[in-house]
Amino acid sequence: MSGQSSGCGFLMSVVVHGDSVLNEQEKELNQRLRRLYPAVNENETPLPRSWSPKDKFSYIGLSQNNLRVHYKGMTPRHTQAASRVLLLHRYMGIGLSAQGVNMNRLPGWDKHSYGYHGDDGHSFCSSGTGQPYGPTFTTGDVIGCCVNLINNTCFYTKNGHSLGNDLRQQSQYPNLYPTVGLQTPGEVVDANFGQHPFVFDIEDYMREWRTKIQAQIDRFPIGEREGEWQSMIQKMVASYLVHHSYCATAEAFAKSTDQAVHEELASIKNRQKIQKLVLSGRMGEAIETTQQLYPNLLERNPDLLFMLKVRQFIEMVNGTDSEVRCLGGRSPKSQDSYPGSPRPFSSPSHKASSSQPYLPGFDSNCCNGVTSNKSHSSSPHSHKPCPPGSGSTLPASDISLNGSRSQQPISSSDVDMEVDHFTNGVTESSSNGFLNGSSKHATEPDDCDADMEVESAQSKRQLCGGSQAAIERMIHFGRELQSMSEHLRRECGKNSANKKMLKDAFSLLAYSDPWNSPVGYQLDAIQREPVCSTLNSAILETHNLPKQPPLAQAVGQAAQCLAIMARTGSGSCAFASVDDYLH
Amino acid sequence: GICNGETVSVIIVLMQEVTATSRHYVDRLFDPDPQKVLQGVIDMKNAVIGNNKQKANLIVLGAVPRLLYLLQQSSSSLELRTECSVVLGSLAMGTENNIKSLVDCHIIPALLQGLLCPDLIFIEACLRCLRTVFISPVTPVQLTSTIFDIPCLISKTQEYITQIFSHCCKVFTPEHQTVLFNHGAIQNIAPLLISPSYKVRMQALKCFSVLAYENTQVSMTLVNVLVDGELLSQVFVRMMQRDQPIEMQLTAAKCLTYMCRAGAIRTDDSCVVLKTLPCLVRMCSKEHLLEERVEGAETLAYLMEPDVELQRIASTTDHLVAMLADYFKYPSSVSAITDIKRLDHDLKHAHELRQAAFKLYASLGSNDEDIRKKITETENMMDRIVSGLSESSIKVRLAAVRCLHSLSRSVQQLRTSFHDHAVWKPLMKLLQNAPDEVLVMASSTLCNLLLEFSPSKEPILESGVIELLCSLTQSDSPALRVNGIWALMNMAFQADQKVKGEIVRCLGTEQLFRLLSDPDTNVLMKTLGLLRNLLSTRPHIDQIMSSHGKQIMQAVTLILEAEHSIEVKEQTLCILANIADGNTAKELIMTNDDMLQKIKYYMGHSNVKLQLAATFCISNLIWNEEDGSQERQDKLREMGFVDILHKLTQASDPNLSDRAKTAMQQYLA
Repeated sequence: MSGQSSGCGFLMSVVVHGDSVLNEQEKELNQRLRRLYPAVNENETPLPRSWSPKDKFSYIGLSQNNLRVHYKGMTPRHTQAASRVLLLHRYMGIGLSAQGVNMNRLPGWDKHSYGYHGDDGHSFCSSGTGQPYGPTFTTGDVIGCCVNLINNTCFYTKNGHSLGNDLRQQSQYPNLYPTVGLQTPGEVVDANFGQHPFVFDIEDYMREWRTKIQAQIDRFPIGEREGEWQSMIQKMVASYLVHHSYCATAEAFAKSTDQAVHEELASIKNRQKIQKLVLSGRMGEAIETTQQLYPNLLERNPDLLFMLKVRQFIEMVNGTDSEVRCLGGRSPKSQDSYPGSPRPFSSPSHKASSSQPYLPGFDSNCCNGVTSNKSHSSSPHSHKPCPPGSGSTLPASDISLNGSRSQQPISSSDVDMEVDHFTNGVTESSSNGFLNGSSKHATEPDDCDADMEVESAQSKRQLCGGSQAAIERMIHFGRELQSMSEHLRRECGKNSANKKMLKDAFSLLAYSDPWNSPVGYQLDAIQREPVCSTLNSAILETHNLPKQPPLAQAVGQAAQCLAIMARTGSGSCAFASVDDYLH
Repeated sequence: GICNGETVSVIIVLMQEVTATSRHYVDRLFDPDPQKVLQGVIDMKNAVIGNNKQKANLIVLGAVPRLLYLLQQSSSSLELRTECSVVLGSLAMGTENNIKSLVDCHIIPALLQGLLCPDLIFIEACLRCLRTVFISPVTPVQLTSTIFDIPCLISKTQEYITQIFSHCCKVFTPEHQTVLFNHGAIQNIAPLLISPSYKVRMQALKCFSVLAYENTQVSMTLVNVLVDGELLSQVFVRMMQRDQPIEMQLTAAKCLTYMCRAGAIRTDDSCVVLKTLPCLVRMCSKEHLLEERVEGAETLAYLMEPDVELQRIASTTDHLVAMLADYFKYPSSVSAITDIKRLDHDLKHAHELRQAAFKLYASLGSNDEDIRKKITETENMMDRIVSGLSESSIKVRLAAVRCLHSLSRSVQQLRTSFHDHAVWKPLMKLLQNAPDEVLVMASSTLCNLLLEFSPSKEPILESGVIELLCSLTQSDSPALRVNGIWALMNMAFQADQKVKGEIVRCLGTEQLFRLLSDPDTNVLMKTLGLLRNLLSTRPHIDQIMSSHGKQIMQAVTLILEAEHSIEVKEQTLCILANIADGNTAKELIMTNDDMLQKIKYYMGHSNVKLQLAATFCISNLIWNEEDGSQERQDKLREMGFVDILHKLTQASDPNLSDRAKTAMQQYLA
């Protein structure tokens, strides 16, 4: 959860200022940014939320939480370029630039810098001479900038109207920041990075592209040769059913699709039996059965055995393990109610792949708005937004500059505005919206446990089912586990995962109500699934069968591909989510 | 003779045979055995398909009432009822006379009644027949609206019903709109906009676009309609979302455009400025079908025609002005080589594209000088207009001349691009032989080209345009008369004696005075303007007054005595003032006591403009440095003008009091 910690780091600056209203705004901002940049992982590539107080020229002042930019040069400086029409027009530019460009110049004039200037409406592309692009803009106008990473185009907007693609600004440089440049004393520009709804209907624009991308996916040509595609799908389904030991279904499916099953039915049934035991919390029996059916498996995998034993300990605390149940005087037979169906795609390996961070996609930086108030000539200075973090690279940003108006006219006498230097970039405190394997499970309805005894225990849960004998058994088992752990360490060396597992499990005893303790999640039936899946994979491996079904692998791979696309700045991945295709 | 007789008899025999078989079909409909009746109807169905003569025969022999009877009988089997409606539908597909006969037999209520039956196949057959009847031009529109008499329409039939309407819509007139409106079309169709079926939604939307077009009553009602708690305009806005099918976006944009033009939605409403306009601009982009681009451009042109702010926004949205230049690139050189099918498609739409682009340019440039400049600077724009003026397609010619007219409102363009491209040449050619609608636009453009500062004025004069313009003043169309006389007026402004003489000679005094009694005020105003321009500079005044003085004075008297607007009277008094400026022409006023009384009257009028013009006239008459000024001053003093002038020197209007003071000084000197 590195996202959370880095988010907290950002949040600090807000808390220091103690502005609760701002917190609300931040929340809205974060929500909007998440909608606008569905594929951006801000842990890797934070989005700009305000102007950077570092990347600016000294004549530029910042205020309003680094969202308002003003020009505070007192005496107009005459540079060659600036001496033209200053008495008539606002010298102001909006655009994009790479980090490290000259901050003493308007965006667009230098290399790796692009801009749209208000005085002549021209577009500047790393050059001092502009090309006619759009209308001029001045006080009160709201100017926006949007970079589309799908077709690599950039367009500006004025008062909510798209001015059309700027053909010269094909943004091949991925690391561009929204930039604004001013050179008129008293000039003020307010920026909107998503703090407020954008005047231009960017959501509607995104809808169009989402539809386009999805149509592209739907129309993607598959297998030319007849039947090939179908038989491949059938194989995948069959292997999935076998993997998760849905014997009857797998058999029926194989029969109707005329396929061979690559595992003996008896073997599938054995695995099914073990899985049922694990998923219903009867770990002792599960271990025993595994040892009977696959004599050498656990001996060869001491770490696996240790994991199973730790789980058994947890189930003892829970009161569900067979050993403590007997002591609790309940019939072990009555608990056979777990449906025994592993959830789809819950194998650990898939989890690993889907928890890969998802990256950017479509738009990224939204900023801006322009208000200008004074016209006197002076030299240009650029100003860039917060660099997202030292050394981090901004995902080839879609910059959606857009702005809000400032209503305060500032006379030339009070140009010397106070400048507040503070950062308030804030990252979302929860994870960035994309669900990884485990969190996804947590949101699923927990139907499996519906009619188990555990349910009754939940209303009046007691340690080990409330039996004193069971508690003693559990404590004894704990000691055995401890010695097993020590033994393992001597034999195989230190294993931090094992150590943590054991520590977490033992921590349950530190609380009077373990279920409601910070470590209580371990008691949740959902935690049986990774254990079950790992055991299943280990059994399959001994039979030289894949430890992960091809279907899950395909899903994982698709998710991984999207993550790579996102990292390389391929925008269309923002509108393609694997989840959209899993119904 | 004998031969002819034989032929005739053969034909008669044939006719009898045909009628005999037809008779047989009808007879079978009356068989007591229902099974035989059914077989009879099926045979009849097969016999009439594609056979108009057979259809006519059966109708004459009275098959229709019997079929309708069978169709309505609840004792008839569903199969029989269905076959009956199929045969009726087939009969309806024949001539217009067939439809008339069917309607006369009250087929519509019978079929509508059939819609209440639960059987879908039967309903479908009824609806198919109804559709054929409804979309026929001979069916009275009042009957079409009876479709709303059906109390509840089951969902499956909604699609057919809306289809019927969108078919009907193609022949809609304002009368149709009103009838449908009065029959509750809006309330009935509105709920269909949120139907789960795309087809139904789309057909309902089309219905609204046709109902709202240039209809204030419908549009005003539409803005207040709620569909499932949501305002109709918001439903339309949702239908314009960029992920909706293009057809739906476009039609929804049309609906809002028509509502806006009908005055039901303000042009600065955000649903127009931020939704409809950008949507229509998008429709013009290259990525859409040619038909969509045509419709998008035409609708956008219509939307912003009266509003300069919308024109300004559109002109900077998505490079629209440059985007439209692509409309002229069909068929492209690529399509000619690569693909004959595409070439054919492009060719078919090329005219439509060009005229749509011209229309949109015309609308864009109708008010704003900067936009006009932008348009004329678009690649080859003036060349395209010039060639558009002589295209074979009348639609393109009309649109091109509209575009030219719009651009001709610019002084700068008249001085530069219009002259550089000699647009007057094709324009003059267009004026020689064109339908009225083209003539109106072309002559209106010519008016601007004849403005004094236009460098095209000289070559146009030399091309012998006067005769043409004079003939326009005799047109039945008021718009053409106005343009003709307007052009002559512009032409006469500061023109030399020769041109003025030519105008008077060519127009003829008779026509000139006929125009002065034209029922159209615009014509009258421009004719007075022409007179005023003719009567400027002293030698010209004296010359024209010496030849036409009597008639002119008569016309002036008539106008001043008749009921006319202030503007007309003012213009007339200005003419009088010009006459008073002549050397010899003065006498025509001085010797006309009645006219002097009139001037006196207007000097005391409640309207300052008229007072000013009349005072100007007197001032000219008493001007000192001219021969006989003393006599004139004396006469006017006797008539009491000095007193009036004296009073006017105290007028609150500074212009009037100045003018009066200047006149008084003539007496003092």
